[in-house]
Amino acid sequence: MQHTRRKHTTLAASAALAVAGVSVLGACSSDDGSGSSDGASGDAAGGTYTWWDPYPQHDGSSDWEARVQACGEDAGVTIERTAYDTTALTNQALLSAQEGTSPDVILIDNPAVSTLADTGMLTTVEEFGLDTSAIDQNLLDAGVVDGSAYGIPIGANTLSLYYNADVLSDAGVDPASITDWDSLTAALEQVTGAGHKGITFAGIGTEEGSFQFLPWFWGAGADLTDLSSPEAVEALELWTTWLDEGYAPNTVINNSQNTVWEEFLTGDFAFAENGTWQVNSAAEAEFETGIVQLPGKDGGVAPAPTGGEFIVAPVQEDTARYDVTNQIVECMTTPEGFVETANTFAYYIPPTSEGQEALLTESAGDPDLTPWVEAVQNAKGRTSDGLGTDYPLISEALWTAVQNALSGAATPAEALETAQSEAESATS
Amino acid sequence: MTSIPADVGSRDGSRGAEGTTPAAPPARRRRRTLSSSQWAAVGFAAPLLVYLVLFYAYPLWRNIDLSVHDYTIRAFVQGDAEFVGLQNYVEVFGSSTFPTALWNTFVFTFGSIAFQFTIGLALAVFFRSSFRLSNTLRAMFLVPWLLPLIVSASTWAWMLNSENGIVNSVITAFGGEQINWLTSPDTALISVTIANIWLGIPFNLVILYSGLQNIPGEVYEAASLDGAGAWRQFWSITFPLLRPVSAITILLGLIYTLKVVDVIWVMTTGGPGDASTTLAIWSYREAFGTGQPDFSPAAAVGNLLIVIALVFGFLHLRLQNRQEATS
Repeated sequence: MQHTRRKHTTLAASAALAVAGVSVLGACSSDDGSGSSDGASGDAAGGTYTWWDPYPQHDGSSDWEARVQACGEDAGVTIERTAYDTTALTNQALLSAQEGTSPDVILIDNPAVSTLADTGMLTTVEEFGLDTSAIDQNLLDAGVVDGSAYGIPIGANTLSLYYNADVLSDAGVDPASITDWDSLTAALEQVTGAGHKGITFAGIGTEEGSFQFLPWFWGAGADLTDLSSPEAVEALELWTTWLDEGYAPNTVINNSQNTVWEEFLTGDFAFAENGTWQVNSAAEAEFETGIVQLPGKDGGVAPAPTGGEFIVAPVQEDTARYDVTNQIVECMTTPEGFVETANTFAYYIPPTSEGQEALLTESAGDPDLTPWVEAVQNAKGRTSDGLGTDYPLISEALWTAVQNALSGAATPAEALETAQSEAESATS
Repeated sequence: MTSIPADVGSRDGSRGAEGTTPAAPPARRRRRTLSSSQWAAVGFAAPLLVYLVLFYAYPLWRNIDLSVHDYTIRAFVQGDAEFVGLQNYVEVFGSSTFPTALWNTFVFTFGSIAFQFTIGLALAVFFRSSFRLSNTLRAMFLVPWLLPLIVSASTWAWMLNSENGIVNSVITAFGGEQINWLTSPDTALISVTIANIWLGIPFNLVILYSGLQNIPGEVYEAASLDGAGAWRQFWSITFPLLRPVSAITILLGLIYTLKVVDVIWVMTTGGPGDASTTLAIWSYREAFGTGQPDFSPAAAVGNLLIVIALVFGFLHLRLQNRQEATS
């Protein structure tokens, strides 16, 4: 008797405890929610401003963190910086906007600006009273939706053609001779003839694949609104010919830009298509490197897509916060600010001609920098030409076509035909 | 523990029950006991119920909700998605990716299961006869399970690399032709399936091995007295007696394999083109793989996967019921 009673009491008590535990948990989480929003409005007078960027490689003790904090100090606040991976950042930004907990400042990859702007979660630069007249139009364009700019580029990078000087001299190729597609293909033939590997690039089925294909696509004179144009087919045929002839390895189909760079660093390859962000690594390579501008089909410099982040300010419920946010944004976008960012991140080219000049003067005697400034000036935003939020859809069709053609699943013409109809149905 | 304020009704209720319990006649006590233990049952079930609702029912409902609305990113943020009924499903079924993805899912899942199970069973039987180092060896077979998926998938991607991969260098060393494992539309699916088979063998090995432990040794003894050889013993004893465990292993494996994203994504991102795109990869790509998240079609594909998994789940339950009925 005693025994059973005791058992029941314990049972009931534990059940009660469990229920209490759950309600305590519930209370905790609701506390949490209100707590953070309280904190947010309480901080408006000073305190903490939130900042997201896609640079997880720069931790709390990095120069970049110090630079961000300095901008906060100038504005009299502390900045709480959180770094996400590039693709994760877009998703996080969308989620936070849905929940009404957007950070004060986001640095975001430029093709994502129009996507975020389309949701209505960003303030326009005009609303913020910031002046964008000094920014290079080709760079600013990536963040323009329906005539309004939704962010300011804090720097720009783009693609160029790295070469391995040792391999080229061994094969007897003069890099200066590469001015158009024919001379590049001839150089590849010469290099592979001498027993080296030709060129490597990224043809992976993600945004990186489209990013790397665009200089050839645009260099042929093709336009993203018509993926199946004869010019587009020519560009894709250039790539497939390289694969068929053995000038490029079959692995390019799955190569990300990092893999491309690793392949290039082995010293076997004559050329690699890669970005401004590898300049330091190129300087440390065990062989001599250089860059040539990506050639257009019939000569000249092909427009490469612009890379780089925009600084954007999401809409806040508490508009009193905008003043300080404004100061933080300004701190990042003055000519001195641009140069400082450029120095913090190696070779992040300032988006204004003033900033570019300042950077070139400051780093006088650095011959590596000049071609990159030129490349950035020739670059073109992926979401420009009024494409905006259509770009990601077109891009997906494009990289699929590149994959299908390179892997031999379809001819370039067929693949691009399919891509065009996919893009049309997706954007209509 | 006792310091936690328990101002919850159920505790008072149980006090009452406690107070009356000693004096109550047996019959009445039984009823009281029942109700108090019912209270306890509810109390104990409550955390589970809350958990189920929060982590199963709500996401499921949300997934269905996503799939019947047109969630553009704008609608996602502003919460005003248009109700479109089954249009997303119609688009999924009508998409040119659908037949490819369905076929790939089929090949990937059944290819993986068939080999994982066969190899796992062979190894389990092999390790049943304990010999020196058998435990160590068996433990080593578990390594694929312990490695983070990103590591094993990247390693496979390196090994199968067209130019520098070890597999191709062996093939070419013996005078074979270079095979573009991951970059040819003909072999990409096979490559990711091979990697997934390797990953799944430990799971099959462990479950089947423990199943084997439940088969009494006397049966084998009797069989060998009757002159049954190893082959005969396997087909007449091991295989039939292992059937319940086998069924569960295969069905669990099916459900696991249907939803594999990570291995394929790391190795090929579903490419080249759609060559190794399964339904799970397709869903992931729509939602997170492009610059513009398309949650609605992704959710529709995801729900399709749930339905397929459910069919196998019910099959499992039916089989189990039948087995319980016969035993």
